[in-house]
Amino acid sequence: MRHGKARFVVGFLTLPVLLFAFYVVWPFAQAVGYSFTDWGGYSDKQNFVGVTNYVRLFKDELVHKAFWHNVFFLVTVPLFTIVLALFFAFLLNVGGRGSRAGVRGVFGSGVYKIVFFFPQVLSVVLIAVMWQQIYRGDGQGLINGLLIKFGLEDAQNPNAFVADPTPFLGVPAVLWWLLIIAVWSGVGFYMVLFSAAMQSIPKDIYEAALLDGASRVNTFMRITLPLLRESISIAWVYLGIVALDMFALVYVMTPSQGGPDHASEIFASVIQFYAFQHGEFGYACALGVALAIFTMLIAAIQLRVSRQERIEF
Amino acid sequence: MSVSPETPSATSISRRTLLQRSAVAGALAIPAVGLLDACAGSSGGSKSGTSTTTAAKSADNPFGVVDGSTVKVVVFDGGLGTDYAKKDVTIFNAKHPKVTVAQSATQKIKTQEQPKMATTPSDLINNSGADIMDTSTLINQQAILPLDDLLDAPTWDGTGTIRDSLLPGTIDTGTYSGKFYTLKYAFTVWGMWYDAALFDKNSWTVPKTWDDFFALAPKIKTAGIAPFVYDGVHGYYPRWHIMSTVWNAAGKQAVLDIDNLKPDAWKADGILAGLQNIEKLVKDKLILAGSSALNHTQSQQAHLDHKAAFIQLGTWYKNEMAKTLPPAFKLTLSNYWDVTGAKAAGAVYAAAGEDWVVPAKAANPAGAKEYLRAMLSSEAAADFASLTSSLASVKGSGDKVTDATLVSANALMKAAPADLINFRFPDFYADYDKESQNLSEDLMAGRVDAAGFVTKMQAIADKIAGDSSIKKQTHS
Repeated sequence: MRHGKARFVVGFLTLPVLLFAFYVVWPFAQAVGYSFTDWGGYSDKQNFVGVTNYVRLFKDELVHKAFWHNVFFLVTVPLFTIVLALFFAFLLNVGGRGSRAGVRGVFGSGVYKIVFFFPQVLSVVLIAVMWQQIYRGDGQGLINGLLIKFGLEDAQNPNAFVADPTPFLGVPAVLWWLLIIAVWSGVGFYMVLFSAAMQSIPKDIYEAALLDGASRVNTFMRITLPLLRESISIAWVYLGIVALDMFALVYVMTPSQGGPDHASEIFASVIQFYAFQHGEFGYACALGVALAIFTMLIAAIQLRVSRQERIEF
Repeated sequence: MSVSPETPSATSISRRTLLQRSAVAGALAIPAVGLLDACAGSSGGSKSGTSTTTAAKSADNPFGVVDGSTVKVVVFDGGLGTDYAKKDVTIFNAKHPKVTVAQSATQKIKTQEQPKMATTPSDLINNSGADIMDTSTLINQQAILPLDDLLDAPTWDGTGTIRDSLLPGTIDTGTYSGKFYTLKYAFTVWGMWYDAALFDKNSWTVPKTWDDFFALAPKIKTAGIAPFVYDGVHGYYPRWHIMSTVWNAAGKQAVLDIDNLKPDAWKADGILAGLQNIEKLVKDKLILAGSSALNHTQSQQAHLDHKAAFIQLGTWYKNEMAKTLPPAFKLTLSNYWDVTGAKAAGAVYAAAGEDWVVPAKAANPAGAKEYLRAMLSSEAAADFASLTSSLASVKGSGDKVTDATLVSANALMKAAPADLINFRFPDFYADYDKESQNLSEDLMAGRVDAAGFVTKMQAIADKIAGDSSIKKQTHS
């Protein structure tokens, strides 16, 4: 049987590897190459400018602003998504009343699982368009309309949501409103991920804990959480990458794509601006490379911090 | 491409041999990816796409387009649709039956065309819409051809030159550093839109000045309607209003000085006082609450739903909202309001838009220019006006149109002083464009007052003027 295995493996791998190299690796390499040039994107003339672009990005105020906005998402998106997803997953799997049937989820957990997962099925742009209506700034918006109807909001002064740059806890309000969408759309997937991980934890551990009189909080903190450590750390890395992107929401939803007045500018929107509005593909590539390096560093740090011996059961 | 290795001598593949083999596969891949390199435009100017073959030039074929050649034309499939473009092909082929027009339509002009600009672009591109290639960038990188010879060519119908057949402003707004680069085909008139039926019913008089408006506004409010609504998401919408007010208040020279980055251009007499009208519009809460978060279609629909009495934008309004325009709604255009002590009272903001450009590396530039000449024929222009309810930038295109909305725009144009409102700095400088949009949103949302707006605009202008890496443009 082992004879011919090489031919088999190579035969299967050649095409995908070639396609991958051609369409993924090579453009990456090109982007790195362009980042050392002053290429504008529309001509075939370009000059090698060394690390000028990289020096410039450290001094660029727009990049600074975008960087801190991305850091905001980097902290908040994983934090809120994971905490909420864990809470829901716990409720759906072991949060129900302990009874003769043993450990189980709250009533109707099967339905909730599907409902929470819905946003994952939709494309990000679709989500953005939908939330545009929810966040609509005049009395016809879903939230504004309801608040005005119940007299909780002055009809002459509705919430501007993603067009509102006033700071809340030192961060422009628009970023908080975008955060809600990011968390809402991510929580379902991680809830399912954590549910799967929880189901692989043997029920007898929970039953033993219940017999010992452990409360729900105790079971969660001392059994569920430690045993889910690996899933959570992976979720953290994924969500970190999502937080460093956020492009679609900013691009579709915010005024002037990164506004108002740069209040929601992120790395990706700055790259977009320099490449396509400014005609500075070289500089934009340098920003892209910097973002890629930053993303990989963050991922490496997250994986390292959360590394721990695996518990087998 | 497939790689078929010789039958392996070893009975199993160690990790090491697998790695070696994948390295070989990688090496094979490199020549292939070299081709992509060429596509992406890094491999130098060995091939200049410009074809050198032209046929004999004549009055009927001034650019020498070759029989049997193909003209690749990309049309923007936006508010104006593509029906008129199909007519253009018929007109073109009537004169050049042996030249093929390969016409395609898209909304994603930049996404589709930018990657090809450095190597094998289309011959003629309708550079329009939201996904647009920045014109100053195209010119600075010499990616498009100057079209001055088109202006001097005879018209399609044979009477006079194309230069003389165009509406005023068309040539100036397409000219950069003395050369004519972009043919703007549609002629747009901006102003204040209102429902004539609603105004008749309430016997409101359409305001001509800001003072008229401020006097009328309380009556509109009493009727439960907000006097004004605007698009707060795209900063260039309120910027039309702001720049028209600046021109109206301080005159043509003030706006020219702004475009030409003259020191203290924003501090010219009248600008601040003029913009304080907009400040008052915001402060007195005459704008539909929440406008700052509405986009163009949301704000326009609010206007059509009688949530607001006025909205300001250009003549594509009717076409854009055709599907939801109530039949009883008499969509009518009136001019921007004069400020008190206006230096250019009654000035009209009208401009040619919908850019058409010929890439520098186009394979058939003669064909592209000839196609433009066909588009500028009186027949094609009249078809354009009747099919799109917009004027073409060719004189007389709207003469036969009966659409009431277009008639109101026509009337506005006929009464217009010779100098049309025109500002160029957003086309000239990408940074100025972005920051002025942000500030326009800020002014309309009340986050900055008129004085702050003027100061901040001046600061941006000074920054650009002082940046030697930015290529400067001027016009007069």
